[in-house]
Amino acid sequence: MRAGAEGEAVTEDELYPLLKAYEGRSATAPGIGKDPVNEPMIRHWCEAMGDRNPAYEGPDAIAPPTMLQAWTMGGLSGHTGRTGAHDKLFALLDGAGFAAVVATDCEQEYLRPLRPGQRIDFDSVIETVSPRKRTKLGAGYFITTRMEVRADGELAGTHCFRILKYAPAARSKTRPRRPRPVVNRDNAGFWAGVAEHRLLFQRCASCGKSRFPWLPGCGGCGSAEWDAVEAGGAGTVYSYVVIHHPRFPAFSGPGADGSDGGSMPATGRDGAGPDGTGPDTAGADRASADGASADRTSADGAGSGEAGAGGVVAGGARPYAVALVELAEGVRMVSNVIGVPYDRVRIGMPVRLEFTRADEELVLPVFRALRPGAG
Amino acid sequence: MSMSMSGTGASAPRVGDELPPLTVPITRTLIVAGAVASRDFQDVHHDAELAREKGSPDIFMNILTTNGLVGRYISDHFGPDAVLRRVSIRLGAPNHPGDTMTLTGTVVEAEGDTAVVRVVGANGLGHHVTGTVSVGLPGEAPE
Repeated sequence: MRAGAEGEAVTEDELYPLLKAYEGRSATAPGIGKDPVNEPMIRHWCEAMGDRNPAYEGPDAIAPPTMLQAWTMGGLSGHTGRTGAHDKLFALLDGAGFAAVVATDCEQEYLRPLRPGQRIDFDSVIETVSPRKRTKLGAGYFITTRMEVRADGELAGTHCFRILKYAPAARSKTRPRRPRPVVNRDNAGFWAGVAEHRLLFQRCASCGKSRFPWLPGCGGCGSAEWDAVEAGGAGTVYSYVVIHHPRFPAFSGPGADGSDGGSMPATGRDGAGPDGTGPDTAGADRASADGASADRTSADGAGSGEAGAGGVVAGGARPYAVALVELAEGVRMVSNVIGVPYDRVRIGMPVRLEFTRADEELVLPVFRALRPGAG
Repeated sequence: MSMSMSGTGASAPRVGDELPPLTVPITRTLIVAGAVASRDFQDVHHDAELAREKGSPDIFMNILTTNGLVGRYISDHFGPDAVLRRVSIRLGAPNHPGDTMTLTGTVVEAEGDTAVVRVVGANGLGHHVTGTVSVGLPGEAPE
C-alpha cells in the first residue's frame, strides 16, 4: 500500500494491530429500540421519502423495510447501552488523528416485515477493520459493523454498515490563493515598496498633496510630478465592513481572520504562519461524504472527533473584516485588520502596519489592532 | 413492459428491463426531513454552517434517506405486493441542496418470484448511489 511508502509505515504498523484486535467484538451491548414500531414514525418517514405505498398504511400496515436502521437510532439523547469496545476503537482512531467519519456502504436484508406495536432490540459486532487506505478524503480505516435487528425477539433483519474513519487530507494545496495584484507602471513603485516591507504613498511634487492609491497625476493640481513617501505605520480604522457571505476562502487565511496568521512586524522576517485551509475546495471531492449518519454508536460524543477534524478546515470559512485605514499621514487604504476578532473591529481603533505573507509569492500590508479586543 | 408506476399492471420482469427513471429534486427540506424521519441528528444533515466547518460546501443527504428513496423507487415500480428482501447501497457523490438525483434501474436477475435490480442514482456531481435491490414478487410465482 502506498500509505506505507512515506514514513507512515511505523504508525500504521503500530496502530493497525491495535485496531484489528477489535474485530469480532461486540459494538453495542444488546440495544433496545427507543420506540416500538409505530404508525407516526412510519408516516413521517413516508412523507419525507414521498413514498405513497399503500402497504405502509391502514390496519395491516407494515413499516417500510428500509426503515430498519431507523428503529435502532439513538436520536438526540443517544444510546446508553454501548459497550466499551466501540468507544475505545473510536477513541484510538480519534487520538491518532483519524477523527472524521463518513458512511460509505449499507447492506440490509429483510427477513420479516415489521409491524406497528413490535418491540425492537438489536446488537452489533465490529466485523472488520481494514488496513489503512488512502482515499480522496484522506487516509483512514474502513470499519464494518454488522447488526442484527429483532422484532418481539425474532430476527427481522440484518444491517451491515461500513464507515470510513479518516484524517481529512490537508487541503492547503488546493486552497485558492488570493487574487494577484495588478501591477502596472502607475503602481509598480507601491508594490516594490511592499516587497521591501515599506508602505509607500505619493506626495505631489507641485502642491504637496498626499495621495493613495497610486495614480499618475495629482487630483488637486494635475501635476504629474510626485515623490514616494514611506508611511510611518501608525493609523486608525476610518471605516470597515465584515464579510460574512459569500465566503472566499482565499481571503480568510492568515491575516484576514483576526488570527495572527503569518503576519510579521514590518521589521520582521519570513515565517509563513499556520495556514487556514479552504473548505470550499472540498467541493466535488467529497465523494462518500455522508457524515456517519446512521451509526449512532459513533455519534454521541463523537461530535468532538468531527469537530476536531473540522477545526482544521474551519479557518477558511470565517467571516473577516475589511477596513479602510487612515494613516497618520492622512491617506487612507483598504486592508485587513488583524490581531482582533472580526466582530471587535471598531471605527477609531488604533492600528499599526505589518506585512503578511499570503503565500509564497504574495506579501501584503495589513494592520494590527493595538488594543486587541478593544470595544 | 408496462410502465405502470403502481406496478399492478407490470408483467414479469426480464433481465435487461429498464425501470422508468425517478427524478428527485434534492431540496433542503428533503434532506432535513429525511434526516429527522430517520432519527439522524448529525449536524451535517441539517446545519449548513457546521457542515461547512467540517469541509462540506453545504448540508448533505444521510445514507438512511438514500436507502429509503432507493426502496421507494423499487416498490413504486413493482407495486405494494412486492417485498423488499435486500437493499445494498454504496454512496459516492453527496446529495447537496439544489441538486437533482435521477434514479435509474435495470433488472439484472429474474428468476421465479425474485428480481434483482441494479440501481444508480446520479446527481450533478456524479453517482450519488449505486447498489442492488432484491425484490420478491408474489404475483410472479414460478411458472
